[in-house]
Amino acid sequence: MSSNTINIKLRVWRQNGPEDSGRFEQYTLDNISTDASFLEMLDVLNDQLIAEGKEPVAFDHDCREGICGTCGAVVNGQAHGPEKGTTLCQTHMRTFGSGQTITLEPFRAKAFPVIRDLVVDRTAFDSITQSGGYVSVRTGSAPDANAIPIGKEHADKAFDAATCIGCGACVAACPNASAMLYVGAKVSYLSLLPQGEVERHDRAKNMVTTMDSLGFGNCSNAGECEEACPKNISVENIARLNRELLKAALV
Amino acid sequence: MLDSKIPGGQLAEMWDKHRFNLKLVNPANKRKFDVIVVGTGLAGASASATMAELGYNVKAFCIQDSPRRAHSIAAQGGINAAKNYQNDGDSVYRLFYDTVKGGDYRSREANVYRLAQNSNNIIDQCVAQGVPFAREYGGLLANRSFGGAQVSRTFYARGQTGQQLLLGAYNALSRMINAGKVQMYTRTEMLDLIVIDGKARGIVTRNLVTGKFETHVADAVVLCTGGYGNVFYLSTNAMACNVTASWRAHRRGAYFANPCFTQIHPTCIPVHGDFQSKLTLMSESLRNDGRVWVPKKKKDPRKPTDIPENERDYYLERRYPSFGNLVPRDVASRAAKAVCDDGYGVGPTGMAVYLDFADAIRRDGEDAIRERYGNLFHMYQKITDENPYQTPMKIFPAVHYTMGGLWVDYNLMSTVPGLFVLGEANFSDHGANRLGASALMQGLSDGYFVIPYTIGGYFAQAELGKVTADQAECRHVEREARDRVEKLLNVKGKRGVDSFHKELGHLMWNNVGMARNRQGLEEALRRIPEIRKEFWENVNVNGSAEGLNQSLEKAGRVADFLEFAETMALDALTREESCGGHFREEFQTSEGEARRDDDNFAHVAAWEYTGDPAKPTLHKEELEFEYVKLTQRSYK
Repeated sequence: MSSNTINIKLRVWRQNGPEDSGRFEQYTLDNISTDASFLEMLDVLNDQLIAEGKEPVAFDHDCREGICGTCGAVVNGQAHGPEKGTTLCQTHMRTFGSGQTITLEPFRAKAFPVIRDLVVDRTAFDSITQSGGYVSVRTGSAPDANAIPIGKEHADKAFDAATCIGCGACVAACPNASAMLYVGAKVSYLSLLPQGEVERHDRAKNMVTTMDSLGFGNCSNAGECEEACPKNISVENIARLNRELLKAALV
Repeated sequence: MLDSKIPGGQLAEMWDKHRFNLKLVNPANKRKFDVIVVGTGLAGASASATMAELGYNVKAFCIQDSPRRAHSIAAQGGINAAKNYQNDGDSVYRLFYDTVKGGDYRSREANVYRLAQNSNNIIDQCVAQGVPFAREYGGLLANRSFGGAQVSRTFYARGQTGQQLLLGAYNALSRMINAGKVQMYTRTEMLDLIVIDGKARGIVTRNLVTGKFETHVADAVVLCTGGYGNVFYLSTNAMACNVTASWRAHRRGAYFANPCFTQIHPTCIPVHGDFQSKLTLMSESLRNDGRVWVPKKKKDPRKPTDIPENERDYYLERRYPSFGNLVPRDVASRAAKAVCDDGYGVGPTGMAVYLDFADAIRRDGEDAIRERYGNLFHMYQKITDENPYQTPMKIFPAVHYTMGGLWVDYNLMSTVPGLFVLGEANFSDHGANRLGASALMQGLSDGYFVIPYTIGGYFAQAELGKVTADQAECRHVEREARDRVEKLLNVKGKRGVDSFHKELGHLMWNNVGMARNRQGLEEALRRIPEIRKEFWENVNVNGSAEGLNQSLEKAGRVADFLEFAETMALDALTREESCGGHFREEFQTSEGEARRDDDNFAHVAAWEYTGDPAKPTLHKEELEFEYVKLTQRSYK
């Protein structure tokens, strides 16, 4: 591991609450280890702010190993920052150069109101899942796990869609703030499996109806969602969602 | 007197018999009972969904912004079950036996047997939910062997098993939220437990977005709030993992059992700087193909790939020829510490050993290794900037899991009637050391297949009167929670919350960590109250109690760690033996292995709060072994 340090300038979005109009504030940070993660750099910033008697920057984070989906901010215009297929917590400062200015903003979307600074409310994602993103199987009523074989290819494809961490980067990156990749991943994953077969039509319809009602935009095939996705979830899933919707309309 | 309520009779029939003997609540009456579930990880989400399906009214709470983010999501390796799909000799009895032995004979036989029985139902349930476990080309489920097991009983979903299982439980929970049977409260933290007439009847919470304090009442409270590994500051736990819910319940009468039983996981990315906020696990499954070694020469300056075979010490293979690199976690961790303490460690700090895949890559090809561990290798490279396909990983043990927790009986009820504790938050199934792929199994067993029955047994006989949030007992507890928050804000000292957490964590790691001795523990018991005193005189918590205040959230949790740590150190001092993850240097064999004292310590140490964290009262639950013969664990 290299142990170099860099000096950086930060422009950080500060907003006291949902009603505040918000503004950028500038900070200078010296001697940041290039081995530090992006969020550890923010920890250092907050220690500095607290020592100066100022309010630390609020940001969401939890597992810090790229799996919980809690963290996320727009870094220099890119959701989760410059590294492809990487959450913000797994981005390290070696990605940035000394003297660089880094601009940090919250994920912006009508359906994700800002709570404070970089923290946004993604409850809308939970609401979409609640409207149908599951197999209705009561505890205790499952058949033996090996009763239904599933071809490895299908299972692998379902798995790829199931790795969505629900972070919301797809929405933040989309010019229309659409949640089609999020919904597409969930609908695809379950419709690729025999267990999800029975409810596939209602699931697709209900999840999309809920998505529309929550203020997410439409998909116009910009493909920015796939670019921003830290788990590299493919836009193929949106195509599959559209096929499911079409089939649902026909039955 | 602690009554574990273990049913008598034959081990294999106990759970069946017990379920029959538990009184039932008739379906029409279930909707008259309200249950509070705190935490939405594997235990909490599965319990909430299943109790709601039965007809109970559930209120579920989590501190994260969504129930899907609980730290169960980060579990990598897998989940055990006794399906014997591999036809390699597995059975419920063997899974039971391995788990009791792996826990170094400090868990309850009856609980562990039930866990092994439930393991098969869990796999069925998860597959029916759509959990995409790994499959073979024929379409059937795949298995791998895992951490110390000699059969292949681990089901897995690449290196993301916890994520997929949690999403299965989250989906089930979402379904019941949609059905109106679960009310979900996100970004809401439990600050205290309400006990009325000796029974748990509610909780006081703070809404982390608005800052509002609220009182919620119910007929029972189910804690599923995880472990206390963050008492060490650096651990593989998520940043928000904390002991507050458990500790507050402890202060209200729930005994804390075996707090000194902590698991130090052998394969984590080593510490590399003062700014570091957490440690990252590299799944134990890597030891199936990786070989652990250090150079035979101290402080060898050569690159690992330049060190010839005969100048390497594959110390696990040397010391444990039959299990080799697959010895259980406690054994592997201590062995790594021993070689580093002797000066053979590698890396800039000398506190690391190599985990080398060169042989496996030569044998199976790089593609096969990528298929098995691709996401882990990718994560390793992201963090360390080194390519593990070309050079060995550097690893070192880190705090990972806590076997101790609130004491519960066979029904998973604590010493406070009506307060149930599930998953990592309780103490019951892993003894002094948890085997790999057993945590997910326990969380889901408790949530899907134990609490739905035992809570009915409680309701059927509890005779619960009506309580309301505005009665005096509730308002009193809410007042105390508010006062405490105000007290934290009013210290207005000079030191940030994190600096206290780091100081405590450093002390706990050095003195109450992988190896412990009387002198170090006594020093910890002297220092903890001093740090706590300074915290309450000199902590600086910016902002106010109104609205989102992340410093304030942390301050409350660190304040509780500062009390809990003392009980934990006291437990470690009192347990004058070595067992599992608890290694007292004074009690070891001539070969440096843990030396148990079954005559004096084959018991659960359950601590009762007395008003002073330094002077809890010790209660002992003697452990009786009818089926498994106590021997010294040998992996040689």
